[in-house]
Amino acid sequence: MIELPSFVIFFIGAVGALFLRGRILASWAITVPVISGLLLVLSDPTEQAVTMSVAGIELTIFQPDRLSLVFGYVFHIAAIFGGIFSWRMTNPISKATTLVYAGSALGAVFCRDLISLFLFWELMAFSSAYLVVCSGSTKAARAGVRYLTIQIISGLLLLAGAVLHYSQTGSIEFTHMGLSGTAALLIFIAFGIKCAFPLLHNWLTEAYPESTPDGTVFLSAFTTKVAVYALARGFAGTESLIYIGAIMTCFPIFYAVIENDLRRVLAYSMINQIGFMVCGIGIGTELAINGATAHAFNDVIFKGLLMMSMGAVLYRTGKMNGSDLGGLYKSMPKTAALCIVGAASISAFPLFSGFVSKSMVMSAALEEGYMIIWIALLFASAGVFHHAGIKIPFFAFFAHDSGIRVKEAPTSMLIAMGIAAFLCIGIGSFPQLLYSLLPYETNYSAYDTTHVLAQIQILLFSALAFVWLKLSGIYPPELRSVNIDVEWIYRKGLFTAYRTGAYIVQTLVSYGYTLLTRLAKRTFRGITRVTGRSSRLASERTVDLMIVSVVVSFAVFLVYHLLNL
Amino acid sequence: MANFKQKDNDTQLPRAVGLRRILRWFYAACALVLILDIVIHRHVMHPWENLLFFYCVFGFVACVILVVVAKWMRKPLMRSEEYYDND
Repeated sequence: MIELPSFVIFFIGAVGALFLRGRILASWAITVPVISGLLLVLSDPTEQAVTMSVAGIELTIFQPDRLSLVFGYVFHIAAIFGGIFSWRMTNPISKATTLVYAGSALGAVFCRDLISLFLFWELMAFSSAYLVVCSGSTKAARAGVRYLTIQIISGLLLLAGAVLHYSQTGSIEFTHMGLSGTAALLIFIAFGIKCAFPLLHNWLTEAYPESTPDGTVFLSAFTTKVAVYALARGFAGTESLIYIGAIMTCFPIFYAVIENDLRRVLAYSMINQIGFMVCGIGIGTELAINGATAHAFNDVIFKGLLMMSMGAVLYRTGKMNGSDLGGLYKSMPKTAALCIVGAASISAFPLFSGFVSKSMVMSAALEEGYMIIWIALLFASAGVFHHAGIKIPFFAFFAHDSGIRVKEAPTSMLIAMGIAAFLCIGIGSFPQLLYSLLPYETNYSAYDTTHVLAQIQILLFSALAFVWLKLSGIYPPELRSVNIDVEWIYRKGLFTAYRTGAYIVQTLVSYGYTLLTRLAKRTFRGITRVTGRSSRLASERTVDLMIVSVVVSFAVFLVYHLLNL
Repeated sequence: MANFKQKDNDTQLPRAVGLRRILRWFYAACALVLILDIVIHRHVMHPWENLLFFYCVFGFVACVILVVVAKWMRKPLMRSEEYYDND
């Protein structure tokens, strides 16, 4: 069979979408990923590579292996349920953009050289930025511009690293590089930005909640997971990733607890989940890499499900703040049930998908003796149940009755959520299906008594803590507010710093000017005192004396000369 | 901070779904896993796992710390929704 790179199918699909309208367009956006997915499953693409020669450089644009195939499969799944969920999105440009975005994500994971990776990286940045701004509000437009700026910085760092790497090694192959040298460091930071490393994370929490209900579903699936894949390929076993990952699992959950916008809560929780993956990649053993990959696979599905359920709520009610919602289980019982499946999966309840992958990373941390890291991950596991598992469904569908009465989510949305929920339970109940796809052979079993009991205990008592905190009134109520995060630096801080800096510079300049003027005046006064009209040098007597002395010395010279003759 | 205050009636969990009955089952489940902790022998890898009720206590304490710290974080971090509007 002729190898047809997945991204080509998606890009052709995107061009086609521009000429279609209505239901044909909606079906087209589902058909394209289905066809591409079938081709990928039915052929054995690991056999041969598709290469292309550009300006004397050999680009390997399509060469899947076991690692990239896991991501490739789940990106297809996400494109399919995203396509179904956005059935009602009728704008052909938006549809085409989602196909370009999914296609470039697939291109990025299946290519094997740094230049192609850079091209797909930037294509993802532009197409996803369109999805951020397509809701049309000024706020989204501003967030989108900031998002695009940060994504482009990431791309440029990747390009700089790739060029440096090429000049040093003469190769552009994207393979394991480890954290050695400037080139690798630049590429590492480029991946880190897309992966939402701590302090580089704010583009995610700022931009994703501003998109449309459909747009966020796509956004949550691709960008960060491509970065996770890139880290797994280039930097597996880099120890600093363990600590970065552990910080990523812990700090966002505090923000998630006090955040009011429920999609932003999910964005923070996404950083928390990526933290588990980054940590696994840092540990770098076969079990850990398998765990990170499996968790990325599951995260795309359960985070997609949660984003879809919140998208459905936003679509029906027009509201997304925890303080405005509540009691929706009466109006949207099916959405509520599907949301709870997603919540159970992200919380890693036994029989749901999160459990079978997260426990692999945690077991790997224990096996390799990272005890403090394990404690941090355990804390984050309890925390994720608290802020994503309980908070999301509770404040949207239960809590106080907000009085909002709407229709149940549209059928297309329910079908998309249903597929994702089915996969969450299916993978959770039959983890071997997922394990057989992983990069390394594994005989890991998540379902032993120790694991299951420990997980149930930690979850039930986290829930007990929630019940106690809620009933005693300690639990912070949802409030209309924003919480300051790193974005403050570039949204407020830099401006304040600029103003302060400008003031300081202005003061220094004016002070320096005064000082210089004074100095110059004093110098001129000094010169005038010596050479001015009334000075000794300019007095008549001195001139006479000078003439006399010249005449005398001349006479002395003449006499002396005469004597010598 | 006055503008953050709003009528907080969401401590009232939905009565319609029979909160008390649900909570009673929930407490029973908690008690059951506490008992199982003593009954079931587990093979442990971390020394702390040997402590009695380790996971139960950890889960509870971790969440209380999480919420209390997060609530405290609101003081320095929380701003009105319009905070960034003129940026």
